[in-house]
Amino acid sequence: MREVLYDNYLRTARIPHIWCPGCGHGIVLKTMVRAIDQIGWKADEIAMVSGIGCSGRANGYVDFNTLHTTHGRAIAFATGLKLANPSLKVIVVTGDGDGIAIGGNHLIHAARRNLDINVVLFNNFIYGMTGGQVSPTTPLGCTATTAPFGNYEHPFNIAELVAAAGGNFVARGTVYQPVELERLLLKAFEKRGFSFVEAMSPCPTAYGRRNKLKGPVAMMYDLKERSVPLAKAKGLSEPELDGKIVTGVLLDRDKEEYTDIYRQLTARIGGA
Amino acid sequence: MGGKASEIRIDTVRCKGCGICVEFCPTKVLAMQDGTAVVVDLDRCTACNLCDLRCPDFAITVIPSAAAKTAS
Amino acid sequence: METGNRPVPRLLTGNEAVAHAAIDAGAKFFAGYPITPSSEIAESLSVMLPKTGGVFIQMEDEIAAMSAVIGAAIAGAKALTATSGPGFSLKQEAIGFACVTEVPCVIVNVMRGGPSTGLPTLPAQGDVMQARWGTHGDHPAVALCPERVSEAYELTVRAFDLSERLRTPVILLMDEIIGHVTEKAVLVKPEPASLPALRVPVSTPEEYRPYRYSGQVPPPLVPFGQGYRYHITGLLHDETGFPSNDSGNADREVRWLMDKVERNRRLLTDFEVVDADDAEVLLFAYGACARSAKAAMQMARSQGRKVGLFRPRTIWPFPYEELAAAAVHARVVVPVEMNLGQLTHEVSLAVRGKVPVKPLFKVSGEAVTPDEVLSFLEGV
Repeated sequence: MREVLYDNYLRTARIPHIWCPGCGHGIVLKTMVRAIDQIGWKADEIAMVSGIGCSGRANGYVDFNTLHTTHGRAIAFATGLKLANPSLKVIVVTGDGDGIAIGGNHLIHAARRNLDINVVLFNNFIYGMTGGQVSPTTPLGCTATTAPFGNYEHPFNIAELVAAAGGNFVARGTVYQPVELERLLLKAFEKRGFSFVEAMSPCPTAYGRRNKLKGPVAMMYDLKERSVPLAKAKGLSEPELDGKIVTGVLLDRDKEEYTDIYRQLTARIGGA
Repeated sequence: MGGKASEIRIDTVRCKGCGICVEFCPTKVLAMQDGTAVVVDLDRCTACNLCDLRCPDFAITVIPSAAAKTAS
Repeated sequence: METGNRPVPRLLTGNEAVAHAAIDAGAKFFAGYPITPSSEIAESLSVMLPKTGGVFIQMEDEIAAMSAVIGAAIAGAKALTATSGPGFSLKQEAIGFACVTEVPCVIVNVMRGGPSTGLPTLPAQGDVMQARWGTHGDHPAVALCPERVSEAYELTVRAFDLSERLRTPVILLMDEIIGHVTEKAVLVKPEPASLPALRVPVSTPEEYRPYRYSGQVPPPLVPFGQGYRYHITGLLHDETGFPSNDSGNADREVRWLMDKVERNRRLLTDFEVVDADDAEVLLFAYGACARSAKAAMQMARSQGRKVGLFRPRTIWPFPYEELAAAAVHARVVVPVEMNLGQLTHEVSLAVRGKVPVKPLFKVSGEAVTPDEVLSFLEGV
């Protein structure tokens, strides 16, 4: 097992982080650091952009160029960053509320453009930071502070939505399977073009407690039970897939990337 | 067999006592004590590193033993 | 544009002039969204930016455009966007973000009839107060307002300069008339030396603090990727850039931010006074209205009336003292606005009851004409 000196990447003075005991976000962040360690990017060339929510706090803990933006707009800020300096390695961290409710439009357009940014969506099925309101990924029937009688809105399958929108790499993993998640993040970071990894990351405080998952360990077992690898999922019917988390690589291709196209355009029209 | 780790370091300031490492250690090396994780049987450790990989707090580090390093 | 040493006059619209000025000021990034009557700025820059090593992108909405502009500025580009009323409303949250994170950027608002969808193709000056207080919280504002095409060029260049010096968003308030009128204009290209490189760090990465709540202006905002790794957040933050809800820091930060404009008034104040020394009637007008006010003023003078004009080119911060000084001998001040008194309110504050204020408002979607001003003056 590869040794990673996490403290080389962390702003150690800001650790311990603010996330609750057993929150999966620390696992996602750590796994991202492992992937960055493996790919060998330099800290100075990494720009990590976040939105608002518990996921939004992630980039404050890592020693890169970090930008904590407005709710839902991290991808739009990241678009400006990347276009103005294409040599930056741009990672966006977002959540299921930040990224797919208020931020959904920016997510699908960035995928459509196939801009070379890496979006990691920390999905905890809830609005955690604000106390546990229902999110576009809260499963049917679950209780939340704004769905006190049980959620009756169907949730998104975010990874499938993004894959349909465009991009070159789309995958889903969970914090229960960190080795697999690291593999997916590494492939995402290596891919030229828009890449997206949805990381299922349990919230014991705002989601688990209200939905019969008592504590971080129970939530890990829940992830384990609900996860189905894509190959197996293809053989299951829709009712069988209900409530399941399909993991693996959903999209992997090499369409032309946005800044490459733009550079060719400027060369063609005689620009500087 | 175990004995693959020379040390398991647990930063008790960082550890928030979620219990994940304890529950999912395949060989039951760890336990909860006074709100943080502690090592109870280092000899059983296989240096699989799952405690580290699933620790949300950057609180646990497995130092492989010399024997484990030469074996791998 | 230039032959030999003399700049050559050209025929162009205000919107085109803004685009040229942005390029000549060194802008390398535009993100925007189509909206009447500002779309021509985007269209011009979609041609000019790729040809000058810059980036043009039409984003999926106004909020995305403003956010991308701020992101590009953080990467080191001089960046701008252009919009009108409905888009200006959408951008407010992001503008506040740029205020509190102190990121330089330029927002062009070509004002049209409002509120809401309003009168998309017709002029108004109804966003003036919004330019001051559109985004939530206590924050400073800088807004410039040209009266002619050549000034649209000049003030766009100035907007970039001010935004970089003060590390703050600067709003250029045009109106549909200036945006669309075709006029002969002499565009004086800024000297490269006058466009200072203001993003150069003056400390080592270890010593660098992206914020400083003392002194005249903040430290330079070193672009991402140059070895200065730091954190930018819209949360209130201390001088390291990291979030802080400490009450002492919050008090210090918000007051210092609000004060940034006041501290730099001398740099920002910019106005024109015409014939005010002996004026009994002092007109107050800006943007397209100022053209009509000036014409009316000349007609009144030829009729023997002592009429003068005060015209702010910087609307925010408002020139209270300078206006009061110009009005010191006047018997009445006559603001002329294409809104229902958004700056008349400030005019009244400036003169402090020492002289009556009798305004002319027009919100019909039509320009104020010189004859309208003249006949209004007859009743004053």
